[in-house]
Amino acid sequence: MFINTAMFLVRTPNGLKTAIIEGDVVGGTCVNRGCVPSKALLAVSGRMRELQNEHHMKSFGLQVAAAGYDRQGVADHANNLASKIRSNLTNSLKALGVDILTGVGTILGPQTLKYGKGGSGGTAITAKDIIIATGSVPLVPKGIEVDGKSVITSDHALKLEYVPDWIAIVGSGYIGLEFSDVYTALGSEVTFIEALDQLMPGFDPEIGKLAQRVLINPRKIDYHTGVFASKITPAKDGKPVQIELIDAKTKEPKDVLEVDAALIATGRAPFTQGLGLENINVQTQRGFIPVDERMRVIDANGKLVPRLYCIGDANGKMMLAHAASAQGISVVEQVSGKDHVLNHLSIPAACFTHPEISMVGLTEPQAREKAEKEGFEVSVAKTSFKANTKALAENEGEGLAKLIYRPDNGEILGVHIFGLHAADLIHEASNAIAMGTRIQEIKFAVHAHPTLSEVLDELFKSAKVKVTSSPVAEPVSV
Amino acid sequence: MAHSHLLQSSFIPTAPASLRRRGVCAAPVRQRTHLIQSKIREIFMPALSSTMTEGKIVSWIKSEGDKLSKGESVVVVESDKADMDVESFYDGYLAAIVVDEGLSAAVGSTIALLAETEEEIALAQSQKPSSASVSVPPAANNDAPKAAEEIPTPVAAAATPAVKASVGALGSAVHPASEGGKRVVASPYAKKLAKDFGVDLRGIVGSGPNGRVVAKDVEAAFAAAKLSGGSGGGATVASEAAEAKPSGVELGSVVPFTTMQSAVSRNMVESLGVPTFRVGYTITTDALDALYKKIKSKGVTMTALLAKATALALAKHPVVNSSCRDGKSFTYNSHINIAVAVAIDGGLITPVLQDADKIDIYSLSRKWKELVDKARAKQLQPNEYTTGTFTLSNLGMFGVDRFDAILPPGTGAIMAVGASQPTLVGTKDGRIGLKTQMQVNVTADHRVIYGADLAAFLQTLSKIIEDPKDLTL
Repeated sequence: MFINTAMFLVRTPNGLKTAIIEGDVVGGTCVNRGCVPSKALLAVSGRMRELQNEHHMKSFGLQVAAAGYDRQGVADHANNLASKIRSNLTNSLKALGVDILTGVGTILGPQTLKYGKGGSGGTAITAKDIIIATGSVPLVPKGIEVDGKSVITSDHALKLEYVPDWIAIVGSGYIGLEFSDVYTALGSEVTFIEALDQLMPGFDPEIGKLAQRVLINPRKIDYHTGVFASKITPAKDGKPVQIELIDAKTKEPKDVLEVDAALIATGRAPFTQGLGLENINVQTQRGFIPVDERMRVIDANGKLVPRLYCIGDANGKMMLAHAASAQGISVVEQVSGKDHVLNHLSIPAACFTHPEISMVGLTEPQAREKAEKEGFEVSVAKTSFKANTKALAENEGEGLAKLIYRPDNGEILGVHIFGLHAADLIHEASNAIAMGTRIQEIKFAVHAHPTLSEVLDELFKSAKVKVTSSPVAEPVSV
Repeated sequence: MAHSHLLQSSFIPTAPASLRRRGVCAAPVRQRTHLIQSKIREIFMPALSSTMTEGKIVSWIKSEGDKLSKGESVVVVESDKADMDVESFYDGYLAAIVVDEGLSAAVGSTIALLAETEEEIALAQSQKPSSASVSVPPAANNDAPKAAEEIPTPVAAAATPAVKASVGALGSAVHPASEGGKRVVASPYAKKLAKDFGVDLRGIVGSGPNGRVVAKDVEAAFAAAKLSGGSGGGATVASEAAEAKPSGVELGSVVPFTTMQSAVSRNMVESLGVPTFRVGYTITTDALDALYKKIKSKGVTMTALLAKATALALAKHPVVNSSCRDGKSFTYNSHINIAVAVAIDGGLITPVLQDADKIDIYSLSRKWKELVDKARAKQLQPNEYTTGTFTLSNLGMFGVDRFDAILPPGTGAIMAVGASQPTLVGTKDGRIGLKTQMQVNVTADHRVIYGADLAAFLQTLSKIIEDPKDLTL
């Protein structure tokens, strides 16, 4: 097998001989340019924000002298963490007996591939099963010139080489949002440039509105929606970064911004060039490798390529690290002889702003659309963190949890949380969805008091389900 | 926020003009030519749950002057359960915000006014009840002179050059990319502040890179605009806005008393039933001023010094600290609590320095600062303003040389303090000299305090002030 993101490899004790072909650094994006360093920076920004919030501190009766930060120290925290995790990972792999082959991987044919410096040279090897997990890179739309200094992508931003006074963030999805959290906590002012009419388009609209009220309005952030950045010129000769904005629909020029820096957070593009896919007649769609629900690669004729799988960002199904991990585990199960299909609706997602946002399943509009098509009723239950003792003790009562469910059978369609530790709290809901647990069963589960998990307890208890659970296994509605 | 509509109106020169026009003849003509009468509608505080009796405005999603469509969220209200968005039921313009962010209103009360057309925005704003009794006074520096003794004249003097500079720079934003003042380049926070303060970005000179307008430029412009109202130099900058005095007074209108104003009025009328007399005294304050200079850095204020001196004098003359509660007996108070009259936006309150004779001057000053802050924020507890046994009222910061105060009911005496001024005096040895003197005037209840008592008290007070070493004990 050859794999590039080694996230889940440590979980393959099925006795399969495994090798990884790694063209860059072990750990891939997550460890080196994604999850790990960004969470380190967000940890810093969270604390910085708390310490600087004099009003908040006063409400506890605390006095904090002017809080400051050392940029290099912050950057080091992120870099050191990435290095540590990278070496831990490498050691774990070695300990499991995984071979790490350095070089660029190219598929030559079914079950045959080579690795090396790319081009014509390289060592050819054969493998029983091949998994492509080459991941993604930051997407830079055309017209935007990235110079790595004043116009940057998340790769550069995570190194935190400097903190600009004013940074424009192109894209208001979770990456842009997390970076706005980091930069505003460190003293920058932020302008969002969003192509759609709503900020944070991927979130449930109600959560998005609340998030905007808490994460954007009170902070030194303004925004332009419904516009594209058609041209971005890096800073030169003392002139600031120039961003030309055009209307997203009419393409008419709208404005020109002059800022100190621009961060491109418009999404990620799959990294599938040079894999030799043409040798097995596989065509990428917008760069993504087509796969079925079992992660098996589909060739240009619509037929499955035997023994070839693709997981993670490269297949575009759900561009999250733990989704890639889950897909990988699904593949390993299949390779070991047990069939497995991953339920993507049970995979949670989180945005690590302060407060955090998390979600699993469908948003309310998606649920209502599905309900209309399939003919069932949808109900929504909501609770506020204001009612939670622990949240109030922490003076973090600002938050909302939302449950979207079917009142006829108690099925959980989606859960969205905005508030303190939302990213940790979501798992109760995602577990329930993964196991098919219904609300009428889960609402009797006991939650420790006082903890934030009681927010979810409230949600489940307040849901009005027409079916009650009985000790005898109830007939499952098909 | 409470003044924002005023500042806004000063930058929209047409607003007052349209008001004038409407008043003359526009109204009747309108009614005849338009079939549908445009109305100013009220937006009410909704009942968001069956148990809700009042709600707090968390934030206004729309600002005054914004266009509203039916069904669009206008404001976020906090109920007893959660925050909810409230939608507008009509199309129109948000003409005036009656209840600001952070304040509460009863369910069913008016929280904003909606005008159907843009012209009516100004009309709606004139209907907005001025100085609502729940309004939080803006942290304006125009309140400072009245509350604390620290004379703000040095501050005003420093601000006037800034005002002239900003006025001169109006319209000539030096920015390479602004294309001769057409486009404004301002940072996000600067834009937010400008919106909150109602300041026009175009008139601000930017100090950021490439002439960008940054937050502190907006803050400086705002501070300058507030003070320039009285300086007379700024022709366009906020000259129509009220001078640095309590604004919102609509001439020719009838404004009912707020709760506080009703209380003041009641007390003053009640005082008419008390037989009072007045005794004046001139006190030389050179020594006191010198002492003040020395310990000012430790946070001591003139108010605290005067209160302490008064308290020490009262300790020696307990009858002046007494009152006549029932018309037939002396009530000798066991504590000496000096109440100091403080003017706050829309009213008057008397925070009390308890046991002023026993507490050292530094603690007294600290306590005083605390009380003033609370008074300004309208957060004084009743026991912090009703327990005075003797009252001090100082109008010296306005240059008043002498006045007499009205006796608050329940107390025996009130002392009115005038400004200390350098005065030519004839000394005992036949020479002429210059001394700094202030006039104090005590009004007292003659049922319990007699002329000789009062005179003796004032003599003691004058001795304490002229030789103030005991004040720092």
